[in-house]
Amino acid sequence: MAEIRASFFIECEELLEALQDGLQTMLDGTHDGETVNTVFRAVHSIKGGAGAFGLDDLVSFAHSFETALDALRAGTLALGDAALKTFFQGADVLSDLVREARDGTAHDPAGSGPVLAALDMLIGAAAVDGRADDAMDFQPAMIALDLDLGDDATAAEHLYRIRFRPAAMLYASGNEPLHLLRALRELGPVRTRCIEDDLPPLDALDPEQACLAWDIELAAAAGEADIREVFEFVDGLCDLEIHEDESMPAATPPPDLTALTPPAAPEQTTGAGPAMSATPTTPRATVRVDLDRIDRLVNLVGEIVINQAMLSQSVEAAGLPPNSPVRSGLEEFLQLTRDIQDSVMMIRAQPVKSLFQRMSRIVREASAAIGKEVRLHTEGEATEIDKTVIERLADPLTHMIRNAVDHGLEQAEARSAAGKPREGDIFLSAFHRSGRVVIELRDDGAGIDRDKVFRKAVERGLIEAEARLSDGEIDNLLFLPGFSTADAISALSGRGVGMDVVRTAIQALGGRISIASERGQGTTFTISLPLTLAVLDGMVITVAGETLVVPLSAIHETLAVTQAELRAFGPATQLIALRERFVPLLDLGAELGYRTPLDDYAGSAVLVIGREDGSTAALAVDTIEDQRQVVIKGLQDSYGRVPGIAAATILGDGQIALILDPLDLISTATGRTRPAAALVPAMTGTAL
Amino acid sequence: MTLQVLAVDDSRTMRDMVRLALTGAGFGTHLAEDGLDALGKLDEIAPPDAIITDINMPRLDGFGLIEAVRARDALRAVPILVLTTESADGMKARARAAGATGWIVKPFQPSQLVRALRMVTG
Repeated sequence: MAEIRASFFIECEELLEALQDGLQTMLDGTHDGETVNTVFRAVHSIKGGAGAFGLDDLVSFAHSFETALDALRAGTLALGDAALKTFFQGADVLSDLVREARDGTAHDPAGSGPVLAALDMLIGAAAVDGRADDAMDFQPAMIALDLDLGDDATAAEHLYRIRFRPAAMLYASGNEPLHLLRALRELGPVRTRCIEDDLPPLDALDPEQACLAWDIELAAAAGEADIREVFEFVDGLCDLEIHEDESMPAATPPPDLTALTPPAAPEQTTGAGPAMSATPTTPRATVRVDLDRIDRLVNLVGEIVINQAMLSQSVEAAGLPPNSPVRSGLEEFLQLTRDIQDSVMMIRAQPVKSLFQRMSRIVREASAAIGKEVRLHTEGEATEIDKTVIERLADPLTHMIRNAVDHGLEQAEARSAAGKPREGDIFLSAFHRSGRVVIELRDDGAGIDRDKVFRKAVERGLIEAEARLSDGEIDNLLFLPGFSTADAISALSGRGVGMDVVRTAIQALGGRISIASERGQGTTFTISLPLTLAVLDGMVITVAGETLVVPLSAIHETLAVTQAELRAFGPATQLIALRERFVPLLDLGAELGYRTPLDDYAGSAVLVIGREDGSTAALAVDTIEDQRQVVIKGLQDSYGRVPGIAAATILGDGQIALILDPLDLISTATGRTRPAAALVPAMTGTAL
Repeated sequence: MTLQVLAVDDSRTMRDMVRLALTGAGFGTHLAEDGLDALGKLDEIAPPDAIITDINMPRLDGFGLIEAVRARDALRAVPILVLTTESADGMKARARAAGATGWIVKPFQPSQLVRALRMVTG
């Protein structure tokens, strides 16, 4: 049962999705019968399942929702903007109720109450026409599991005399008198007599006609209603007379049950049970697999990739001719390995649709909260991305959407004045670009007010008043911690969570976020994410004879530092001058304890790392070897947490290389370089 | 002898519920997702001892399925139970007019389902 319950909630997710889709289609102007039906069915199915599990809150809400939709289906309710809005809210509440039922959390009627009232108003409006009454008598009550009929020894037995004369329709509907007589026998002992008076001679017999009737004596403690219940399905398809024989004592002689042999061979063509397999054939397009198993597979495929790279290097080292079978075989192996890797990664991938649907709700709620008219357009919902990425993207994206509604879009009046439609548009799209997934959030609002942003940044001491920043640099100020240009802290987005948190969350997923804005035209945020968390785009570097991998997403730029760019700041701190700004320079080898700090870093390769707070730091390394995808191997717990180290990987030559967590490393090191870092104006103009 | 039942419902949860109830009571089950799917199944399998069907389904609804089943000679006597949350008599009348044998009002307990089935299959 628990399994079915779990599967019910999974199905609910699908049904809620279908509901959203249907409503969206209706919003787009299509409300043909099939669309309305699909929406109705989704709610109906949720109600049906919920009833089976005794989820009363869910059932009663779904019932009202369904009744309103039914009125729409029947044409007694016209689909206006208000009705559609109520339906969307209904879908939201329904989704909440499903979640609450699943998690076993208590339901708060404060959220659903107004929606329920709105639905009831729709129903009320429709019921004036007097046609939406069909489903009103739905009883969500559960019925006792065991129906103990007639076995109650303490109840007095009655003797019933029953006359049962089936009509032809009874047979045509697939009912069978014999079954009914057997069902009666479960109430108590019965004695039957077949009445053949109306049976014509064989040559006059019309096999489609009903010619038999039965007289039945039933001794049972059950009431007449119980007997009528047996005949429930044939009510109206037969003559049924039931009389209770008062004169009969309770002790009836044991009836002759052999009388229950079939009166005539019924025309049951299906009597012979099919010799088919009794195994239920469940049609399913999906298989549910534990995530752990998939991760194990992902891990093993990672091993294969590494192994294959090592093999390639050995073959290379063996100096075989380019056209040797070993080489061509290896080439194929390489291709297959890549395909397998892609396929396995795709198992963890899910379409972003569910995420986007959640966002459409955020838009509705956010716009309702501040009284703006906003419409969300989504595109590329089928784009797939790692499940974990989707889950961890929900919070930052929610925040960004709220920002777009709250700060991005103007009030309707301002929009009208600017010659734009009153309703603001937000576009959310997902697509693939060069091996990554790009999620774009665009609004057609006023764009970033750069003067205001600049003033705020100066006010908060984030930049110098005389700093000269490009438009892009000003836009990027939004990503600084605690930055908010909202004049009033609104209930919606001014919760102290800034875009810096969004950026940190995106970066934690190996992603990058950038911003582009045009005055009066709107703002676009672009998030670029890796397809999977199992491989990483990394830069392979060496320092003090050790090979390390630095995640590419953390690196702003690389350069070879010259003597002229180096500045000593105190005895232990080096700075480099980078486009008229000073950036603290850390010796990666020294930070990791591979070597003592060098006297002179001129000629070193330097990685410029962007930090969460918008500041930058530079890491000095010896050489930059390569840029490649590496398979992430977690460090086992037994190593404990090593500051500055995120994970490990195995390179093609079999060498183990640590994957650096540059931000962590810099934070750990900042304790020593803080004075310098605090002095350095905290911006670079590179893309984030 | 195991009685075979074809259960038709577009809701996977309902199909699972029905299958669980039926398997527990010793019935063999075949499942279909809608009317058309059910007709396809009926082409493949020997005539079942009973059919349980939902009414409101995509592609081909329960009424349509019942009519199509009754139009087939081999299946005209197969008992058909209708699963419905709409206990209104109008629905029952329509189902019966289409040729349904009986009905089960959702939500149902497994015992009710089995009892209704016994009523029509003996």
